[in-house]
Amino acid sequence: MITTLGEAAAMTTTQPTAAPQIEVRDFDFYYGQAKVLHGISLDVPARQVTALIGPSGCGKSTFIRSINRMNDIIPDARGEGLIAIDGEDIYGPGTDVVELRRRVGMVFQKSNPFPKSIYDNVAYGLRIGGTRNRRELNETVERSLHRAALWDEVKDRLHDSALALSGGQQQRLCIARALAVDPEIVLMDEPASALDPIATTKIEELIWELKENYTIIIVTHNMQQAARVSDRTAFFMLGKLVEYGDTKTIFMNPKEKMTEDYVTGRFG
Amino acid sequence: MQRHFDKDIEEIKDMLLRMGAMVEDSIQQSIRALLERDALLADQVIANDDRVDLMEVQIDQRVIELIAKMQPTAVDLRFVAAVMKITPELERIADLAQDVCERVIELIREPQIKQLVQLPRLAKDAEGMVRHALDAFVRGDVELARAVIRQDDAVDQLTVDSFRTLLTYMLEDPRTISSAIRLTFIGKYFERMADGATNICESVVYLVEGRVIKHSPEMS
Repeated sequence: MITTLGEAAAMTTTQPTAAPQIEVRDFDFYYGQAKVLHGISLDVPARQVTALIGPSGCGKSTFIRSINRMNDIIPDARGEGLIAIDGEDIYGPGTDVVELRRRVGMVFQKSNPFPKSIYDNVAYGLRIGGTRNRRELNETVERSLHRAALWDEVKDRLHDSALALSGGQQQRLCIARALAVDPEIVLMDEPASALDPIATTKIEELIWELKENYTIIIVTHNMQQAARVSDRTAFFMLGKLVEYGDTKTIFMNPKEKMTEDYVTGRFG
Repeated sequence: MQRHFDKDIEEIKDMLLRMGAMVEDSIQQSIRALLERDALLADQVIANDDRVDLMEVQIDQRVIELIAKMQPTAVDLRFVAAVMKITPELERIADLAQDVCERVIELIREPQIKQLVQLPRLAKDAEGMVRHALDAFVRGDVELARAVIRQDDAVDQLTVDSFRTLLTYMLEDPRTISSAIRLTFIGKYFERMADGATNICESVVYLVEGRVIKHSPEMS
């Protein structure tokens, strides 16, 4: 709480209060010979929403996919530098990639439910992990659907096909599926870009709720969405991190001219 | 659907109401200081003005953040615009209460004028208009807002009457000139507070109905 006019005038930014959960230091990424990320360094605080913004091809999706090593499946792709979660280098030799992807869940632009029932979609990760106990499965499915703000809409038809849900509901189902395996971090790659404004608002409200329990990183082409949902914003351009800071600062008083041009639409 | 945004709006509304309560206190205390010739109370009102100024800065900051982050539209946009117009009015009204108190401190050092004539009523009317303007904002009550706006003409008339009476005092006894001029100023300060309340009410009508009524034939 500011108590003097001087303090009020000086208060242009709020600093992250939580300790960094993800530390990135001098991270480069290559597709074959092409270097697409250049020396990225940033700290992502726990239980906050961090938005990655920037024009197409700026590297934000490559960067977010590096955080749970989704890029490993692309031939000739490789990262250099450090990405550490809770102090552990995720590219280190001892990393169990399956366990990493459990801890770091991901939701994609296009909702991708399996052609199964709503229940089976949410229970999928748990069953793969060996859980067979019916009661435990039921509890986790219900809890995950609650957390994804979908329970009330589907509780009477859990065994209907997930493909019968609307686009917005399918996306929340995918979020529920990601939450079911109890991740600490949720990566969202343009989670609302294929949705109508009402479904988008629901996803944004959900993100607000989720940050109570999860660290969230969201890639979005929609700058207004980044402004609305995030605590911190990173602006990427041509594979470089131009500016990273408090979302209020990025949208009210960015330090870099390039960031200002981008957020005001003068870019290009 | 309850939006996260609604909490921000409620918080800003709450801040504005706290600022309004401070301003109402300042007006009431300035009236008491005037009627009871209480220099201590007048000093207190002057000292408290910093709190109102700080509140204005804090509300401005919150509103600008809200615009930057939430891109308000429709009623949300009108709310933000109304707050940005109401806050400086409140700050100005508090300044006027401070001005009243500065004149009161000067008046106390001079011989007391026989009667304050229309001033107590003028002060009470202005204070009532500010209070009702804030009530109209809280309740989104455009009828009350319009009633306050209509009252402004009566306050203007009272200010003119007060000045005329004070002028007769000055003509009768030149030793009262100094005090009478200070009281004329004070009358003007209360009249300006009523103008502030009127402006707040115009913002309330804009907030609720989306209609701009200032400078319009409707209220003239």
